[in-house]
Amino acid sequence: MAEHTVKAYDEELTALAGRIAEMGGLAETTVSNSVTALVTQDLDLARATIEQDARLDELFQEIEMGIVEIIARRQPMGRDLREIVAAGRISNDLERTGDLAKNVAKRVIAIDSDLTSKKLAIGVEHMTELTLSQLKKVLDAYTQRDAPAAADVRERDREVDAIYTSLFRELLTYMMEDPRSISQCAHLLFCAKNIERIGDHATNIAESVYYMVTGERLGDERQKIDETGVVVK
Amino acid sequence: MNEMPHIDKAAEMTDSKISAKQVQVFYGDIHAIKDVDIEINPRSVTSFIGPSGCGKSTFLRCLNRMNDTIDVCRVEGTILIDSEDIYDPKVDPVQLRAKVGMVFQKPNPFPKSIYDNIAYGPRIHGLAANKTAMDEIVTSSLQRAGLWEEVKDRLSEPGTGLSGGQQQRLCIARAIAVNPEVILMDEPCSALDPIATAKVEELIDELRENFTIVIVTHSMQQAARVSQRTAFFHLGILVEEGPTQDIFTNPTDKRTQDYITGRFG
Repeated sequence: MAEHTVKAYDEELTALAGRIAEMGGLAETTVSNSVTALVTQDLDLARATIEQDARLDELFQEIEMGIVEIIARRQPMGRDLREIVAAGRISNDLERTGDLAKNVAKRVIAIDSDLTSKKLAIGVEHMTELTLSQLKKVLDAYTQRDAPAAADVRERDREVDAIYTSLFRELLTYMMEDPRSISQCAHLLFCAKNIERIGDHATNIAESVYYMVTGERLGDERQKIDETGVVVK
Repeated sequence: MNEMPHIDKAAEMTDSKISAKQVQVFYGDIHAIKDVDIEINPRSVTSFIGPSGCGKSTFLRCLNRMNDTIDVCRVEGTILIDSEDIYDPKVDPVQLRAKVGMVFQKPNPFPKSIYDNIAYGPRIHGLAANKTAMDEIVTSSLQRAGLWEEVKDRLSEPGTGLSGGQQQRLCIARAIAVNPEVILMDEPCSALDPIATAKVEELIDELRENFTIVIVTHSMQQAARVSQRTAFFHLGILVEEGPTQDIFTNPTDKRTQDYITGRFG
């Protein structure tokens, strides 16, 4: 796209997109570290992850202030307006992603013992890998302004939901078999739920990117398949 | 907020008040307006935007045959107002301009009293039977233009003694006084400060209940604020026309996109 007549406006928009990219990278690392800390019971890494989240909060605030300033000074229109609205929403989703990862890290410290089941750890890891790949794809879609890629990310969220549902069932079984595992399993359940929520944030970002690029909203045809509500009867 | 402001009933297409087809305007050899087709809704505000020299004012002036006053100017195509061809030889331009009033960029009150500024049009069109009827027209026009409270005690003072914003509202009151159906506004706020601009914009919003308003503006924010539909002109061509919220959030044409986001030329 052609440049703005006022060059400073271009610089402000570029800086905004740069900050979003930085936030995105940081959010990915935070999520990945928190789960690594969980499966390896690495308390130092967990603590470092908790600290890392502070930088995400900082970036979120900087972006918000930047957006307010651009709106006040430039009165953005058209594509610029959508870009700025999307940046605000995406930074919000990334900030929440960081909070959820921080919560996983805090639970690592609370569990403070090796995981009873390797199988469960593998399940959480697998779910995280998928979620991280979703997050990475959607952030790439943001930098490349790629609407079809964003739509694809939203479509694939159901896979994350499916893994969460099966993990939920598995954790229930463990808890019923051995009540001593309830404390650990409850923490793991929250961790899995957090990861699943991170997947939802990736979906939100996908919707924001799609709107930013096309000016249209993705339809509502996608169905929620979180079946955990059905399992508990 | 009672309803979502961007879902504006007036932005939907209804039977048009003004219908222009294949309009061409020439200034001598210069082809200033090319193949413009547009439908303008009744009782709503339509804004024309575009860079200087794009033809938006020229096209606006076609709507009440103001271009007739320019010798070298030639208009082709058809412009219908209420299905009547305004360029039909049987149409009297003076009567047409009573039906299609105009407000200009610079407030241009007559060098007469505030009262006579308003009474002038009704007098030459014979709209008032007696003094009481004329007083009635003057009062109601000033009230509808939101100027009454400010000037009611000094109607005999010259209109030129008012502030710029008041003068512009006086000109709007003057346009209203002859019972027009359409009001054309050519950059009505470009000489006004922000407060006076806000007052005129508030007035435009009230007037659209009774009048069809077409406004040319250089301020895209103004177009976004006051109009239900927006038309973007460039190099004498009507590039894109549609509901205002679509033009400013998701225009179809790249030229519109570049213009509204400040990326032009």
